[in-house]
Amino acid sequence: MLKKIWLFLVVFMFTVAAHAAKNNNSIQIKGSDTMVNLGQAWAEKYMEENPGDFVAVTGGGSGTGLSSLISGSCDIAMSSRNIKDKEIALAKQKGINPYEIKVALDGLAVVVNPANPVSKLTLDQLAGIFSGKISNWKEVGGKDQKIVVLSREVNSGTHVYFKEHVLRKLDPNSKEEFAPGALLLSSSQAIADEVAGNSSAIGYYGMGYISSKQKHIDVAQDEKSAYINPSIENVISGKYPISRPLFLYTNGQPQGLIKKFVDYSLSKEGQEIVVKTDFVPIIK
Amino acid sequence: MNLRKFKEFSIEKLILICGLASIFFVILIFLFLTKEGLAVFKSVTPANFILGKSWYPISEPARLGILPLIFGSLIVTLGAAIISIPIGVACAIYIAEIAPLKIKEILKAGIELLAAIPSVVLGFIGMVTLVPWVKSTFNLPTGLTALSGAIILAFMAMPTIVSVAEDALYSVPKSYKEGAFALGATHWQTIYRVLLPAASSGIVAAVMLGIGRVIGETMAVMMITGNAAVIPQSILVPVRTLTATIAAEMGEAVVGSEHYFALFAIGIVLFIMSFIINVTADLFLHKRK
Repeated sequence: MLKKIWLFLVVFMFTVAAHAAKNNNSIQIKGSDTMVNLGQAWAEKYMEENPGDFVAVTGGGSGTGLSSLISGSCDIAMSSRNIKDKEIALAKQKGINPYEIKVALDGLAVVVNPANPVSKLTLDQLAGIFSGKISNWKEVGGKDQKIVVLSREVNSGTHVYFKEHVLRKLDPNSKEEFAPGALLLSSSQAIADEVAGNSSAIGYYGMGYISSKQKHIDVAQDEKSAYINPSIENVISGKYPISRPLFLYTNGQPQGLIKKFVDYSLSKEGQEIVVKTDFVPIIK
Repeated sequence: MNLRKFKEFSIEKLILICGLASIFFVILIFLFLTKEGLAVFKSVTPANFILGKSWYPISEPARLGILPLIFGSLIVTLGAAIISIPIGVACAIYIAEIAPLKIKEILKAGIELLAAIPSVVLGFIGMVTLVPWVKSTFNLPTGLTALSGAIILAFMAMPTIVSVAEDALYSVPKSYKEGAFALGATHWQTIYRVLLPAASSGIVAAVMLGIGRVIGETMAVMMITGNAAVIPQSILVPVRTLTATIAAEMGEAVVGSEHYFALFAIGIVLFIMSFIINVTADLFLHKRK
């Protein structure tokens, strides 16, 4: 009797596993936390229009998505940064050929507490503040208060993007780092909350998170150029200096179901969803 | 008859396997940790890893010094210990010796409930209540500090300390107490001079187990200590702990990269720390018997 039950259980488990593996109508998408809402909105609409297909979207961070693509546990990786050379090399070893598709743009807003008198900064000043060289608000025209620097954790594509584009100004030889005293918070929401309650804090996150509890900073390329506020128009026109592309990565050129989904994300409808989730479309 | 024997035999073996499983898993985990963690020493010497002062794991070249993280873990743990040990032991004395039966039952249930609160919930409550309080009370630039972490962790260590210490006090033979009373000692004198020394090994074990719980705690500290990797000069600055570092960065680390190995090496450091604490607690517990 006992043996029979065992046998039954074993057979049952194998059938379930085999069945799950054979399901060809599903796509696994994984990656950037910034893009999770966007990915989910796409998936919902896509599944409404294509009832037989199933799309699962999960977050975890750009790096998590790309390493899942490399290990073969997802079909599409969402990433808010370019794939690194190291990751490409690792992928090639495993016979995976990452293929990049740009699907949207995102403007990074720099935010402070509404009580803070500072409302505009140059990229140089931002780099100084976030690397710790400027440590008091009075150095950039504010009150005599210590600056509390907030950043995302290193698992975030936003962290990497901000470091490379603002702190290092895209100079590959630059050794600039976030100040060691910078507080690394685990989500954009945590940064938003801390900025809302702390008059000496400064942080950054995707435009979608701006609310009335924080004040965004107008950013200028340098002292001579105009200070630009982070709005959708300014990101599309390229005037706003801290904006970044958002990517989907697939294994090789997308085919079959994956191609259908990627095409959907780039379609007029897909790009409308981009606007609805507070990102910036790449196709006007 | 045969069927009965077979049943008996298979159930016996099944229980044996379950019994051995935990040891087997510990060994497996340790082997895996060592295998993955030691690989980091190909790119950084053990001395530079332990004593290095900057932690920039994703830069080129990566700087992998965990001294600030070790100090972060230690200062939070120390703070939590200073807060939780006196309160925890006092609470255990009250429950074991002084409280009337009814209050004793209520208190015990309350302590068990405290133990049942998930750490993420405590972290969240700390973030919205404790952090602003610490900021305004000490007039700090930010409330995300080691002190906030220590206070929340003290809440987590308390149930362990109270229940183990209460157990130790309770199991002191009745004759000790009666002897003390017979000699004319007051209740407090009895507790202070007779019961506490008699239960001391159990209380030390309770403290050690509480600390073990604190040092391994992750979610709450990650939410409220600010996670800045600097060597703390006081308890009122943000710190980054070993556990929070692993939790925050493991998702991103490319499998097989030096960052990935470094996180496993941090795991080894943590494993060694909690192993030492557990063994100490065990030694004290056995001394008592």
